[in-house]
Amino acid sequence: MGAEALAGLALGLLLVAPPFLPPYFLEILITVMLFGYLGAAWNILGGYAGQFSFGHAAYFGIGAYTSTLLFLRLGVTPWLGMLAGGGLATLFGLFAGYLSFRYGLRGPYFSLVTLAFAEMLRVVAVNTKAVGSSLGLVIPNREPMPVNFVFAGKLSYYYVILAMTVAAVWVTRLVARSKLGYSLRAIRENEDAAEAAGVDARGMKLRAMALSSFLTALGGTFYAQYFAYIDPTITFGPSVSIQGLLPAIVGGAGTVLGPVIGAFVLTPISELSRAALRGRAGVDVMLYGLVLILVISFLPQGIMGWITKRR
Amino acid sequence: MYGLVAFGLSLIFGVLRIINFAHGAMMMLAMYATYWLFTLFKIDPYVSIVITAPAFFLFGMLVQRVVIEPNRLAAEHNQLLLTLGLALFLENLALVLWQGDFRTVRPPYAGASFVLGDALVEVPRLVACGGAVVMAVVLFAFLRVTDVGKAIRALAEEPEGAMLMGINVASIRAVAYGIGAGAVAVAGALVTPFFYVAPDVGESFNIMAFVVVVLGGMGNFVGALLGGFIVGLAESLGATLLPGSLKQLVVFALFVLVLLFRPAGLFGGGRGR
Repeated sequence: MGAEALAGLALGLLLVAPPFLPPYFLEILITVMLFGYLGAAWNILGGYAGQFSFGHAAYFGIGAYTSTLLFLRLGVTPWLGMLAGGGLATLFGLFAGYLSFRYGLRGPYFSLVTLAFAEMLRVVAVNTKAVGSSLGLVIPNREPMPVNFVFAGKLSYYYVILAMTVAAVWVTRLVARSKLGYSLRAIRENEDAAEAAGVDARGMKLRAMALSSFLTALGGTFYAQYFAYIDPTITFGPSVSIQGLLPAIVGGAGTVLGPVIGAFVLTPISELSRAALRGRAGVDVMLYGLVLILVISFLPQGIMGWITKRR
Repeated sequence: MYGLVAFGLSLIFGVLRIINFAHGAMMMLAMYATYWLFTLFKIDPYVSIVITAPAFFLFGMLVQRVVIEPNRLAAEHNQLLLTLGLALFLENLALVLWQGDFRTVRPPYAGASFVLGDALVEVPRLVACGGAVVMAVVLFAFLRVTDVGKAIRALAEEPEGAMLMGINVASIRAVAYGIGAGAVAVAGALVTPFFYVAPDVGESFNIMAFVVVVLGGMGNFVGALLGGFIVGLAESLGATLLPGSLKQLVVFALFVLVLLFRPAGLFGGGRGR
């Protein structure tokens, strides 16, 4: 109960405080939330089902490109484009998942195949003129129009991503407490034993895949609308996949709040290091690498695992 | 050429059962080492192998001892993430230290080439190819003949049995990782004369090396060499058939197909785990 009260208090603070924050902190908070959101989406498949995808960039990119293209070419509002992107990403996720699970790819083999799928999409995007090839797509400067997912200030974007993150955490909580969640954890611990106990492993993993890819795609649309620019490397590149799994691993894979906590730890590290070493590109990712090594060596269950163990 | 990069990877997988994401980053570091030795001390890239290969052997052993060995019993995916973290760290360390500029090493023979039939053969590429074959033979002989080589193979096949026979498994693992790093250092020196050096150069080799290793069968050295040829062929075939960088698509497609249908490699028997 104490944990829930604490989470409620934190949420209250996240709802009330931002209007009084300087713009710089607001931007950081948006990054934290997007990071945490992607982590939560990855966590459903990677954390609960133990299927370590290294290719969530595929779904992120599909989401970003679908909504942006629908908006630029057909004038469809990104709110609808978001759902279309989510649907498309789910289909792609089911396709990739079906192939991998059907042929029994597990562990590192699954990671490699997801990485390959994402890289294939990146290469296709780079070479397709219709989607802007390597130059990417710019959403031209527009009047603030909430109907079209364009807001006047950063504050509104913040509340959108906050709502999305809360929703993702809420979905995770639902999953964790459902039959699906128990099945996924059984699969993660021992897939053969789970199947022997009557768990439909492939079906359950595909469900986790569908949820995870759908949510990730929505994050892609948010990214596109917030930054108004996407290109193949930003959206389909391996770094996006890493950004999805990093907060979950650091915060605690397979826990409800882990990814968000991970994002709250990671983002300030990168922001501080960037401020400390101005103009040196790469410092933040270098530290991410270091944090990843340290967390796996000393806190293999992530921050959440550490907290529960200390209790 | 990819074959040579893949050797080390295959060796490390065979012995340590780890898919080493940091392999490309090691190669990148080796290329930088070659670059600096050439720029600062005018040491020819091929000569510099004498320095870089032992240095990377030691560096590899150190990395294995400090970072990987303590986590040997951790879950498989955590070890995967460990090497990923290592790769991120090394790659961005290079970016911080040397910026993202493309650098090149141009010894006098860099542009040398001769015509063979209707094909133009560039000398540095030929040397790299020959070097890969020599390296393969040397490594193969090493694994067959020497005691350490035999211990490595024993460890790859039956870790517990090897331990019971009195093999110091921890140090053999470190040696195997060191050899992997040394092999990649040789590869780095061999490609530098006709390639560029940049912090993210390892990534492209990394992915190709994965493809090669999976094609050839994890832990299978001859397979790695053949896999290297296949990937090279697929890439050049893709380049003639498809415009731009779409050639990579052919390689990835090949990769996915092999992973799905022959996870133990084209030449391995049956399926992977």
